[in-house]
Amino acid sequence: MVFDLATRCVAEERGSKTGARAQVVSGFRLGVERAIPALRRYARALTRDVEIADDLVQDTLVRALRSEHLFHGGNVRSWLYTILTNLNRNRLRSLARRPTMALIGDDDAPDMAGPEAGGRDIERALANLVDDQRAALLLVVLEGLTYREVADIQGVPVGTVMSRLARARAQIKAYLDGERPALRRVK
Amino acid sequence: MTDRDLPVTEDELHAYVDGELPADRRAAVEAWLSAHPDDMARVAKWRALSDAVHARYGEVAAEPIPVRLSLGQIERAGRSWKSIAAAAAIAAFLIGGLAGWWARGASAAAPDPAHTFTTEALEAYKLYVIEVRHPVEVPGSEAAHLVQWLSKRVGYKLQIPDLQPLGLTLVGGRLLPGPRGAAAFFMYEGKSGDRFTLYSTRSDGQDTALRYNVEGPLASLYWAEGDAAYVVSGEADRDRLHKIAETAYAQLERGPTR
Repeated sequence: MVFDLATRCVAEERGSKTGARAQVVSGFRLGVERAIPALRRYARALTRDVEIADDLVQDTLVRALRSEHLFHGGNVRSWLYTILTNLNRNRLRSLARRPTMALIGDDDAPDMAGPEAGGRDIERALANLVDDQRAALLLVVLEGLTYREVADIQGVPVGTVMSRLARARAQIKAYLDGERPALRRVK
Repeated sequence: MTDRDLPVTEDELHAYVDGELPADRRAAVEAWLSAHPDDMARVAKWRALSDAVHARYGEVAAEPIPVRLSLGQIERAGRSWKSIAAAAAIAAFLIGGLAGWWARGASAAAPDPAHTFTTEALEAYKLYVIEVRHPVEVPGSEAAHLVQWLSKRVGYKLQIPDLQPLGLTLVGGRLLPGPRGAAAFFMYEGKSGDRFTLYSTRSDGQDTALRYNVEGPLASLYWAEGDAAYVVSGEADRDRLHKIAETAYAQLERGPTR
């Protein structure tokens, strides 16, 4: 009845006491720590909500620390983006199962004036994108990752990343040019 | 310069803006743009879009990091979680044969997810295990499709444990309504026709030790890890169920979904 849980905890504790292991771990920890500002930026743009974004970052960090034994080298930052992207996808899926109440109003029309207009336009234009296109666009444009890195994060071929990017840009351009948002393409 | 006259594709224009264009196509793309004002305008718009995204979100990275996102804070929370889990595992070990009773005691104190999930899983077992012709919606021969479909519905990445080493073949699976949304249900069958099921649904993220629960001739083992809770159900054969749960658990532990 001990099950693996207790042995696992003991093993992890023992592992972190050996010198070499500790060194790898601290490098890993440093990598995670340095990535936090960028993760917050990406999450904020992805969700456009301060609280939800920081919740996502927190969940990402918890998972990363809990499963650091699964991280065998490579780019820590990319790995964190992968976790965050997947967590957000799960979040959107669970939201999709729940009926939501939304005000029907002029919320969809781009703002034409005001100092905040530019920023709000971008927010709405991003909100109008399909999730995978939004993530691809933000990882390339905001986070400065390569197509190859984004392909690994999203688990798709590079060509798919490029078509997501092209569609996202076309969609945003159409939106900002004042067209009514077209029917959202599903998948 | 020989490919200077090759037509420039839209992909190349995006690659140009994103700094992904191979160096030997750069001159060609730039020449193309000066000859094609429409494309030049498109490229300018894409650049303006990047600038707008940076202007709106770039400074988030410079904001002070909230305390709850500091690694020290997260590690402290993680450590207490670990010691609770270890304590629970040790307690379960000490109580041994009384674990089932212990779980019942816990559920009387507060609405216990272990109890809710176990009840649901056993109901499903009773309902479908007697089915001869339609025990599952998707047969085990289509395991890849099954796992993809059910993962999509439950909202986290499922895996179908291979219980062949214990002489159990996957019959298949189905989707069920669970206490917190969709639940996945897999059925396995031994050579003698004995059936066991694995039930999985989203949990509250609290990891737990294994809990054994007997209900008449049937029994189940419950545990939760990460996003998901699992219940293995079958005839009340404690050792057999424990072996199954252990085998499944070992295969399910894969860390974050990638």
